[in-house]
Amino acid sequence: MNTKIENKLTPVRIIAFVFVALWLIVAMFPFIWTLWGSFKVQADFFSKADWANAIFGFHTEKQTGNFFTIDGYYGSWIEEEFWRAVINTSIVVFFTVLISLTFGTLGGYALARSTYRYAFWILMAGLIFRAMPHMTLVSGYLQPFFAWNVWGILPTTIIVLVAINQPFTLWMLHSFFLNIPKDLDESAMCDGCNRFQAFRYVIIPIMWPGVITTGLFSFLLAYNDFTVTSMLLSDENETMIPAIASFLGTVQEEGKVMYAVAAVVSATAPLFFLVMFFQRQIVSGLTAGAVKG
Amino acid sequence: MFLFIAIPIVSVFIQSLHIEHKQVIIVSENCDPFGCETTTSVDTEASAKLKEKAPLGKFNGFKTYSNRMHFAFDEIGEAWNSSDSFIVFVKKIYNFPLYRALSFTLTYTFVVTPFVLFLGFLVALGVNNLPKLLKGPTIFASLLPMIVTPLVGSLILFWMVDGDGVIGATLQKLFNDNSLSLKASPVLTWVMLMVYGIWHLMPFSFIVFYAGLQTVPHETIEAATIDGASKFQRTRHVVIPHLMPLAIFITLILLMDNFRVFEPIISFRAEAHATSISWLIWNHLRESAYPLYNAAGATSMITIFCVGILLLPVLIRTWRDFNEKNKG
Repeated sequence: MNTKIENKLTPVRIIAFVFVALWLIVAMFPFIWTLWGSFKVQADFFSKADWANAIFGFHTEKQTGNFFTIDGYYGSWIEEEFWRAVINTSIVVFFTVLISLTFGTLGGYALARSTYRYAFWILMAGLIFRAMPHMTLVSGYLQPFFAWNVWGILPTTIIVLVAINQPFTLWMLHSFFLNIPKDLDESAMCDGCNRFQAFRYVIIPIMWPGVITTGLFSFLLAYNDFTVTSMLLSDENETMIPAIASFLGTVQEEGKVMYAVAAVVSATAPLFFLVMFFQRQIVSGLTAGAVKG
Repeated sequence: MFLFIAIPIVSVFIQSLHIEHKQVIIVSENCDPFGCETTTSVDTEASAKLKEKAPLGKFNGFKTYSNRMHFAFDEIGEAWNSSDSFIVFVKKIYNFPLYRALSFTLTYTFVVTPFVLFLGFLVALGVNNLPKLLKGPTIFASLLPMIVTPLVGSLILFWMVDGDGVIGATLQKLFNDNSLSLKASPVLTWVMLMVYGIWHLMPFSFIVFYAGLQTVPHETIEAATIDGASKFQRTRHVVIPHLMPLAIFITLILLMDNFRVFEPIISFRAEAHATSISWLIWNHLRESAYPLYNAAGATSMITIFCVGILLLPVLIRTWRDFNEKNKG
């Protein structure tokens, strides 16, 4: 509906334009600044005298002989063994997504097809779980985990993350499966499939958009989590986010803030690409629950 | 059919086990009568065993709740008696950890939420007016502050507002005050945390509102235009009513998210001036010489109670809607 009138530049449109531009600067500037700064030395990134130092790398050139330096990355990845945290994060994230999607798909499908009232209660439980600060849950988990001697290892964390994530996954996939017409699997069953075959041959081929969207959000939850991972993982098993947090404690005094900066940029980069490639799914996921009401 | 009802029941059962565990533990920590009554026999055994093992788990009634770390009833009574004006009294109350945390958490929640709603709506309107080519990149850029890990996002901002960082140094120059630090003053710390909160959550309300704007019926807008409504009037009387349900949804999610504000406090290292409830629990569990499970448990229960109060209106509403839908 782009008629001529709508494309005319009115004052309102100009204001809107400026406003959006302003927001974009606010949204993007910190990332660009930190990404650029992560290739500099500390004297440039935290340059009190002149912020232009951080852009042109005055001290960086003096200290290392080049505008760019990867000292920060070297320090954090190799010296502080950030790669270990990266591997741990990959393990945790991969299994969390896998397990919660498996349960979520089966459960969501069954909930969407059942006519009983408990569907409502499960969704309510999901909502309440969503509302609980994760910290309250973790404080409950901690003591038995110590008692059973399963504290500090990755599988425990994965299970907890799945449990926290599950209501949300169920909720999303539930509403997604509701959108797939019932006739589809009913006609498959008329043709002689049983319930499982109907699911296998009819639903699975068309469920991927919903599963991918939900998977993305499970990924984000597992990846971004600080509360659970910082409380439940021992030092050698810790994931990226608590690792960065612990950098702060140890690194600040030694004047190696740049290690932490580099680690932060490394942790952000995957998210950056994620948003780039899956923007459509993320947007649809965010709005799925809302627009339908 | 049976199989597919059974599987989610099993998965829900597993989930319910997780909740049960939590309840058992909380019971064993501070055994409030409600919790004890509702646990199943197996769980009571487990929690009884835990109670034997853990010296902290002995029965304490509501004392954990009323001690100095939490509601501090005795101390408040004392403060009330000993302070001569109301302001002194409030100041004294503010010294108790729970009230401190509660005051920040509530302020944060009720400041950030409306700001995020309002600004998100404005940006959504703005983006809706952009030419099509620019919309994609704009949405991409807008998503970033929300997608990025809260701890990392707040760290990035923290470094920028540092006295030597780009924003901090610029502010110092602007106000010509070399000792100006956003971290030193309580008020500025609160402001900083809230600005971060707005920055972090605005994309969410923007995206939802933006999606809502696409569903505004074109006929109604055209009809309003023909009737002579200005752009502002169209927004006010057609678009906003249409988006009202969305606004409620966003408010709900924002309330939940804001209430558990935690990570920014860690990365801004703001605990001297601002603590949230989640941070309080974390502190109980982590920073003390040995974890104070009962204190953490009591704080958790209080938190859950607060969340319940916050969500109650929405829950009742959903329940009513659901019933009506089923009847109709």
